[in-house]
Amino acid sequence: MSEQRFLTGSGFPYCKGCGHSLVAQNTATALEKLNLDPLAVVLVTDIGCHGIIDKSFRTHTVHGLHGRAVALGAGISAGMSDARRKVIVFIGDGGATIGMQHLIGAAHLGFRMTVVIHNNMLYGMTGGQPSDFTPRGFKTPTLPQGVQTAGYDICELIAAAGASYVSRIIGVGDYSDTLAEAFRAKGFSLVEVMEICPSYGVKSNPGMRLASVVEEAGLAVKVFAKGRDKSFETPTNSSSASLINPRLAVEVKYEHCLEKPVSIMLSGSAGEGVQSAAEVFAKAAMTAGLHATKKGSYPVTVGVGFSASEIIVSPRLILYTGSPVPDTLIVTSADGLEYARLTARKMKGGLLLIDQSLGTPETGAETVKLPFREKAGGRYCALYSTFCYLKRSAIFPPEAVKEVLLGDGMSVKANFEALLNFGDRRHNLEIPQKPIPSNLE
Amino acid sequence: MALVDGSRLITEACVRAGADVFIGYPITPANLLYLYATRRYPTMLAAPDEITTLQWMSGFSAAGKLPVTATSFPGYSLMAESINMAFMMELPMVVILVQRLGPATGTATCGAQGDLSVVQGTLSGGFSLPTLCISSMQDCWDLSAAAVATSVRLRTPVILLTSKEMVMTLLSFDTSRLKEIKPVEKSRHSGEGPYFPYRAGEDLVPAFLPVNQSKFQVRLTASTHDSRGILQNTTQEAVDNTRRLQAKLDKNLESYCFYELDEEEGAETVIVSYDVTAQAAREAIQRLRGEGKKISLLVSKTLLPVPRIYLQIAARYRRVVIAEENLTGQWRTLLFGAAGREGLSGINGIAKTIAPDEIVKEVLGLE
Repeated sequence: MSEQRFLTGSGFPYCKGCGHSLVAQNTATALEKLNLDPLAVVLVTDIGCHGIIDKSFRTHTVHGLHGRAVALGAGISAGMSDARRKVIVFIGDGGATIGMQHLIGAAHLGFRMTVVIHNNMLYGMTGGQPSDFTPRGFKTPTLPQGVQTAGYDICELIAAAGASYVSRIIGVGDYSDTLAEAFRAKGFSLVEVMEICPSYGVKSNPGMRLASVVEEAGLAVKVFAKGRDKSFETPTNSSSASLINPRLAVEVKYEHCLEKPVSIMLSGSAGEGVQSAAEVFAKAAMTAGLHATKKGSYPVTVGVGFSASEIIVSPRLILYTGSPVPDTLIVTSADGLEYARLTARKMKGGLLLIDQSLGTPETGAETVKLPFREKAGGRYCALYSTFCYLKRSAIFPPEAVKEVLLGDGMSVKANFEALLNFGDRRHNLEIPQKPIPSNLE
Repeated sequence: MALVDGSRLITEACVRAGADVFIGYPITPANLLYLYATRRYPTMLAAPDEITTLQWMSGFSAAGKLPVTATSFPGYSLMAESINMAFMMELPMVVILVQRLGPATGTATCGAQGDLSVVQGTLSGGFSLPTLCISSMQDCWDLSAAAVATSVRLRTPVILLTSKEMVMTLLSFDTSRLKEIKPVEKSRHSGEGPYFPYRAGEDLVPAFLPVNQSKFQVRLTASTHDSRGILQNTTQEAVDNTRRLQAKLDKNLESYCFYELDEEEGAETVIVSYDVTAQAAREAIQRLRGEGKKISLLVSKTLLPVPRIYLQIAARYRRVVIAEENLTGQWRTLLFGAAGREGLSGINGIAKTIAPDEIVKEVLGLE
């Protein structure tokens, strides 16, 4: 027989009368009809009686985990990305139950592959437990009273998910033409082969005929989808640029007056630019020759509530990036105050810069109230607060921040000249310059 | 200098080392790795869940690609069975595990070093997953490349262990110090004879062939199998093949054994650490030496299989102080067992990074 090109000739390892043998035989016949090279075919199987077919095939074979063969086959198909190669996945009704999401997902995305479900209406390898495909009233050794609910109509589901070709057949005789048609489909195709397990199904339901069971279950034997040409194309990005590029480099242009590292916590509200202000500040510190770290804290719902950032700037290399108690705490909003209240309480010294609209929290830090929100509004109060901090600490010139902002193209959004113009009468905050404390070694 | 996070370095290093596909399902704190992947990998796929992620990765790997993913404990636990499959099939891939505070969902935005024992117990039977752990920005670059190369060279999934602070904190870093990374050579079986997907030579690593070639039949399986890749029960050949899976990792350990040893003559105490706490340990060492104390440091970077050299180093010291951000001392237990050893102490904690002060205090308190 010509289909022997695809079979090893070792026979099929199934019980007498099992429909799985016919699936294997018809698959080989269908592949021969398509005149495929056996090594252009990858047969993917998983756990269950169907999965011990590997050694009978001369194709590539991949034997995976129960219920996962569809996802594995999808990965192989997308990884090969070659329409001349064919991925065929064998699964049972049990595996299809476990891997339902993989099936629907693969059909939805249109992976170039064919899934052949060996639906013998129960788990045959583990003693005949019902699957979610077992028809209502069908008895199994572990459910002798019969299944109470209807099984899935997988063909309806997969057709609805967008498969290119879907068909249900009764698994007797020669159905290689149906399989060949499925194998020819451009994208995702599925054939559900209806069987009854001879060891458990037949014995538990004596006298029951396969065609009758299928009909009584309301499962139509027909083609459910055909001719759709959706096919998954593996995306490729051939022009990606290096993530380490000269634009990242920060040039040292300014001087600083730090002898020891200092830590700053900036605590405000989500949507008020806390994280970007902290990042700009850290970069600005680097333009003054300092080392810097910046880390953010915010609730999982990033668009609401507090947003806080911890910054360390240091004249020497920073190893440990934590700062349990900051040297300076800057609070720009009520959310920020709520989040930083405990931190403020832990501060035995240091500096607290807090928006003047807020109450004073319990703290050992020197507290200075400033009109962050009044002067810069919610959107820029965090950024403005960093200028105020620089005005007071003078650890490096505020112009460094301006330069980073302009470099990042942010100047269109805010009038930074006004923010920077501390000498202007409207903006003069009378912030006395004082050496800033440090509790970092 | 540049202000960069570790995720950026890890992504770039993986791609330069030859990783060509990233498949992921988003999870905090691995988000940045996912984000950078969309910009940098030759192929990036968004999977609908973590089981699918590992299955797709296995498929790509079987097709000769080199996939990477990044996740955190909740995702990793879903991947566990599929990682076993990839290990059994001997499929190269890298799984970046970014630790966060558990158990269960825990706190997604809080770092931790709580998953070493999970990784150690991932494989049924106590087999090892080669596990490299990042302890600095430089490691983000070097160890990522090493993880990719090791996965190909040894035909195995490799775990790149890290934690929230290592991959999300922005740090000023001199990127000009980064060494050029050569893409790993993806050697393939060649020759005319029959191909045995699981027949290994002296290095115990079988030659690889993907399923997208038509010269030799390839059989891959997650079940106990012979050298042809045919499912067996417990035949001698199949069981020997299963034994080989551990033996190849042990035999080649030297090729992926990374650690940093900073010993001081006359020191009686060695601080041992890994991951983010290693940075605190390095700072503690500077302070202690600044105060005239003699002290040594071992930063473990290859965690699994446990390199024996760590025990040999520890044996030279009266006191061993192991600092790690978990409650039970997972690395301490892996190194010294439940019985421990004389002079062994741990610095542990959760929900906050271990500070250099704590390490300094512990070391001084021992004297």
